[in-house]
Amino acid sequence: MTTNDRYSIFSILRQAWRGNTGWKPVWRDVAPKPAYDVVIVGGGGHGLATAYYLASQYGRRRIAVVEKGWIGSGNVGRNTTIIRSNYLLPGNVPFYELSMKLWEGLEQDINYNAMVSQRGVLNLYHSDAQRDAYARRGNAMRLHGVDAELLDAAKVRRLVPFLDFENARFPIRGGLLQRRGGTVRHDAVAWGYARAADRLGVDIIQNCEVIGIRVDGGRAMGLDTSRGYIGARQIGVSVAGSSSRVAAMAGLRLPIESHVLQAFVSEAVKPFVGGVVTFGAGHFYISQSDKGGLVFGGDIDGYNSYAQRGNLPVMEDVCEGGMALMPRLGRVRMLRQWGGLVDMSMDGSPIIDRTPVEGLYLNAGWCYGGFKATPAAGLCFAHLLSCDEPHDVARGYRLDRFATGHAIDEKGMGPYPNLH
Amino acid sequence: MSERDASKEASQSFRVPGMGSIDTTRTITFTFDGRIYEGHPGDTLASALLANGVRLVGRSFKYHRPRGILSAGSEEPNALVELRTGNRREPNTKATTVELYDGLEASSQNRWPSLAFDVLSINQLAGSVLSAGFYYKTFMWPAAFWEKLYEPVIRRAAGLGRAASEADPDSYDKVTAHCDVLVIGGGPAGLAAALSAASAGARVIIADENPELGGRCLAEKRTIDEMPSAVWAKHAQEKLRSTNEVRVLTRTTVFGVYDGRTYGALERVSDHLPVPPQHQPRQRLWRIIAKRVVLASGATERPMVFGENDRPGVMLAGAVRTYINRFGVVPGRHAAVFANNDDAITTIADIQRAGAEVVAYVDSRKELSPAVLAVLSEAGVDAILGGHVESTTGTRHITGATVRTADGEIRNLPCDLIAMSGGWNPNLQLATHLNARPHWNETIAAFVPSALPPGMAVAGAANGLLTLAEALASGAQLGIEAAHEAGRPAVEARSYSTTPEASSIAPLWRVPETKGKAFVDFQHDVTTDDVVLAHREGFAAVEHLKRYTTLGMGTDQGKTSNVNALAIMAALTESTIPAVGTTTARPPYTPVAIGALGGAHRGRDFKPERLPPSYKWAREQGAVFTQAGLWLRPQYFPRPGERDWQETVFREVDTTRNAVGICDVSTLGKIDVQGRDAIKFLESIYINNWGSLAVGRARYGVMLREDGMVLDDGTTARLGEHHFLMTTTTGNAAKVLQHLEFCRQCLWPDLDVQLAPVTDQWAQFSMAGPKSRDLLRKIVDSEFDISDAAFPYMAAGEVAICGGLKARLFRLSFSGERAYEIAVPSRYGDALIRRLMTATEEFDGTAYGTEAMGVMRIEKGHLGAAEMNGTTTAYDLGLGRMMSDRKDFIGRTLGSRSGLMDPDRPRLVGLRPINPKHKISAGAHLLPQKAHRTAANDEGHVTSAAFSPILGHTIALGLLKRGPERVGEIVGVCDPVRGRDILAKVVSPEFFDPSGEKLRG
Repeated sequence: MTTNDRYSIFSILRQAWRGNTGWKPVWRDVAPKPAYDVVIVGGGGHGLATAYYLASQYGRRRIAVVEKGWIGSGNVGRNTTIIRSNYLLPGNVPFYELSMKLWEGLEQDINYNAMVSQRGVLNLYHSDAQRDAYARRGNAMRLHGVDAELLDAAKVRRLVPFLDFENARFPIRGGLLQRRGGTVRHDAVAWGYARAADRLGVDIIQNCEVIGIRVDGGRAMGLDTSRGYIGARQIGVSVAGSSSRVAAMAGLRLPIESHVLQAFVSEAVKPFVGGVVTFGAGHFYISQSDKGGLVFGGDIDGYNSYAQRGNLPVMEDVCEGGMALMPRLGRVRMLRQWGGLVDMSMDGSPIIDRTPVEGLYLNAGWCYGGFKATPAAGLCFAHLLSCDEPHDVARGYRLDRFATGHAIDEKGMGPYPNLH
Repeated sequence: MSERDASKEASQSFRVPGMGSIDTTRTITFTFDGRIYEGHPGDTLASALLANGVRLVGRSFKYHRPRGILSAGSEEPNALVELRTGNRREPNTKATTVELYDGLEASSQNRWPSLAFDVLSINQLAGSVLSAGFYYKTFMWPAAFWEKLYEPVIRRAAGLGRAASEADPDSYDKVTAHCDVLVIGGGPAGLAAALSAASAGARVIIADENPELGGRCLAEKRTIDEMPSAVWAKHAQEKLRSTNEVRVLTRTTVFGVYDGRTYGALERVSDHLPVPPQHQPRQRLWRIIAKRVVLASGATERPMVFGENDRPGVMLAGAVRTYINRFGVVPGRHAAVFANNDDAITTIADIQRAGAEVVAYVDSRKELSPAVLAVLSEAGVDAILGGHVESTTGTRHITGATVRTADGEIRNLPCDLIAMSGGWNPNLQLATHLNARPHWNETIAAFVPSALPPGMAVAGAANGLLTLAEALASGAQLGIEAAHEAGRPAVEARSYSTTPEASSIAPLWRVPETKGKAFVDFQHDVTTDDVVLAHREGFAAVEHLKRYTTLGMGTDQGKTSNVNALAIMAALTESTIPAVGTTTARPPYTPVAIGALGGAHRGRDFKPERLPPSYKWAREQGAVFTQAGLWLRPQYFPRPGERDWQETVFREVDTTRNAVGICDVSTLGKIDVQGRDAIKFLESIYINNWGSLAVGRARYGVMLREDGMVLDDGTTARLGEHHFLMTTTTGNAAKVLQHLEFCRQCLWPDLDVQLAPVTDQWAQFSMAGPKSRDLLRKIVDSEFDISDAAFPYMAAGEVAICGGLKARLFRLSFSGERAYEIAVPSRYGDALIRRLMTATEEFDGTAYGTEAMGVMRIEKGHLGAAEMNGTTTAYDLGLGRMMSDRKDFIGRTLGSRSGLMDPDRPRLVGLRPINPKHKISAGAHLLPQKAHRTAANDEGHVTSAAFSPILGHTIALGLLKRGPERVGEIVGVCDPVRGRDILAKVVSPEFFDPSGEKLRG
């Protein structure tokens, strides 16, 4: 990256002086070449991060990212922007903590302000059993060197006085707080990684839909796309809710179901919600963006679907949770509602692994939690593609763990994707 | 007279007597930013402000530029106010949609210190620095400053209005309705459609966001069937209201289309009143399931994009006509009209009729049709054809327009109003909610619906049919068709006569040369320069453009900005508009109050309360209750003189262990299992054997999920040859039933077995302790032998109690004492608990709650939800030996996967502190005694803990790596979130009566 390309307050002032005519495309609009060393399928956060780390950390070249529509059109732009590493199980905590550390250095790394904002993530508890479960989780985090605090009701009240402490069906008894958790401007993650990858020579190819994976003698050879055939020595599939459809092109059946998860944003109001708050007695969580919109969500719609839209019952259920937790929301208006396709795995945890097809690699099964994982998923997938073995923190995310009985089941829900 | 009255304006100087259709005989007062004004019933806040000459109403989001009223409807981007005060404050309320009521209070928002003087308007001086997406390029150094400095500053400036700081005091209703034909929109097309469908006998719902049906019939000076259009609309509305099976929903916005032909609609029941009348909701959420839908949502006018086009006084031409014709308000005295289409021509006559001057008519088209030219010449206005408004002058209000003629001459026209029209966009949002893409129509230069949600047809302007005649004809025809498709007889569509109108357009997406900022999205201050910058930086895809510039993300959802921006981007990329992208909308059509979506489910009514049969009695005893799922269960029963809950719980445990304790266990799940194959069914569900269970006996059973993890445990009693009663834990009652039903219906549909959940049908009480049989003897009728010989441990059977009441008796124990459970139909539960408690007095017995139960079950090493947490196998929990190897059962195969047979897995142990004064808490982790406190040394965790009054110290259950092999070892109990780290001895999980002597008596 040349000095001229670097973003800073000085570049902004310099460009403003010239009427903003000197800015260059954030990434090049390129046509596909006949072949690459690595082709990442899916220009979402994970795919773009993978390409960036392949080039920046593993020195790989001849890399392309192919995207069906416009980059960032999938879940990276459809989530509720939360980052956290408040996990319970040893298979998960180090991975998500690596992700958190990468978030913390992201802007300096990629020279793009994705507004990583560590305003805290608070999970409320409403019973002794929930308290004990959060204590167990908080202790696991602390043993892994991750920050966690168990708060009682009085401390919660000081932190988030705007919740219903007076008339609740399930009174708030306390909460588990991760101060380093927070939010990130989601679209900017895709754009920032795209820009950084592009600067390192990665070809980002938009409007390029994969329609087939050519396999010869158990080996992936390349991709048939809407823009022609692209040869590839390695193919990394990173397509979230479309994982099972893309893997089917190579004859694979994944332990994944696609479900709809809705998210909501209110009209912009003057900020009063500092960090992220998660209701423990209903499906509801909320934060407030830097623009003032209240960003909130809840449970998945519960049926298998490839449609990026949700339905009324869950929308009502989420707002019921919102009103139970924050009855002052009554007159705030919901501005937009949308649905994302989440790749729900059998244990609620992801898969970053080789597949039975040689040269074909899989990054999938992120359920509703893929956004916070973006940097680590990119790094670990790049590691796998480059070293042909899992990254240390992603050793548990194997495709065969369901056969061997090594599920990573945070919620203890069992092999029911819609319950995770 | 108060001070406020003194500031009252010279009233309504812009009201035109004799015009408009609202009731001007009554005058009502309202305040805006503390000043008192007058208006009339039927006004909107916007029309009343305009009538009083108030032009400056708000400030924009980023540059804090002065803004006035752009539109007359829900597309309004500028005139946003905080309506009402206190806990009813509604931020970001569009003044154009607020119905005026007496005493209405509104304030401007997002300005400081005042609307007229706003400090942050300084932002516009830095406009070229604050270009689209500038924040992605800076505020990165040093990293720690983001949360400490940059972001707090940004957040201070963020947001528009302020949300109320107290709970919403009003209530909200929900309704589900079904109909043959739902007509969305009550303008001419919608009215014609509803009349048609109703004439065919269809059950019709017609919904319109306005207080009256009529749409643009009320806003235009047109005729239908020789009547003024407003009169025709009034008649049509009356006719619909008086027709059976037609429901007219005014003040109702259909906001979303969902799967299964479900439509979400919001009715603003009381928003036009100061406060909702008693027992009336503020708003009502409608879930309408419609066989057929006629979408007649009309069209929204596009602004022209020219320099300083955001100043107060620049208004959509259609809105100008609305204010004149419907409200009798003229929004200016000297108007310029700037358009690119024929429709705007009628604005001239309307302005003139209202007694104002039209200083010029500027049309970007060089050539107009003879009919239009004739209108212009009749009006006698200065027509500047092939010209453009390039810029405006003024500060908080326009004072003039700078016009460039076709010859390039610059003319400065003094004016206080610019009525602009860039053409009309069909309101096709609802047609795209299920992801259908619209189609570009060159003739009207706009998107029209293409693929449609199932059962929907689109009439009138929403389908690009912009003239009144087309609207009426298409509405009438589609109404008939919809009714017929919904199963009603085919009838002939009637026709309507109207006056002819011209409707041609030559699109002008942006004025080529402008001075100053030319706004595309008013609310978010997105200018043509921002679109150009987005293009330059590669954000050319329409969704990138929106996300990068925040275009269309405001409370107006881009209704006036999206298509203009798309067209400008198309020109920049030298491609066609549909090639750049289409605009599909996400619900809701207009923003919906969260309270309306939440309905009654708030506060204590968030979820229903399930009350055990002894609830009323327990309340009378002063019991403290705890939440167990939706159940409220007594946690403990404090008695006078007891210092704290611990003392109470000790007494309850002690009394139960030494005399008798009574506990309501009705909350445990109860499933009635019957059928010839019931035993076969149970054999496949449970890991242990059931074939040998005799009638009249019960057995403890454990069931697994398919993946080999423990799902639940409980006792099942054999009441008859083919009749069993299964009990589950309280928390898993629904889950187990679901599991059983899945197995029965999907895995083994051939089995003759039926299931019925009977949890709520039975009141069941546990009587535990050495005196429990003596107590039982007092209530069981004497002919029943309950001696240990006749009714041993694990017996089950039917008895009669209290002189003939049939009951079920079980000899089961959770506490480890001799214990019985007795069940009677729920309605006798209250009577039975009272009878039992009276009978127990002679034994000095007690009632006990969940807390004492927890203590006793931990003392006994029985499993609870914290042990059966969904990640433990039967082997992990010490139940491995129960697994029968003589049969198959759910979970057997997957339970034998290598990972689950790993001897290193954490397994159930008991723990007691080395120092009896130390407390162990559930959630603490277990590590080797001296190991470094890191995750690498983590060997398990404490699942349950309690203070045992008998043992005099804390006891705990935990899951520890290779646990049972390590009995006697000392481990570290590490609890950093509670700041504790102690030592405990690994022991057997059975702390109390391990041989079970007390159990069998």
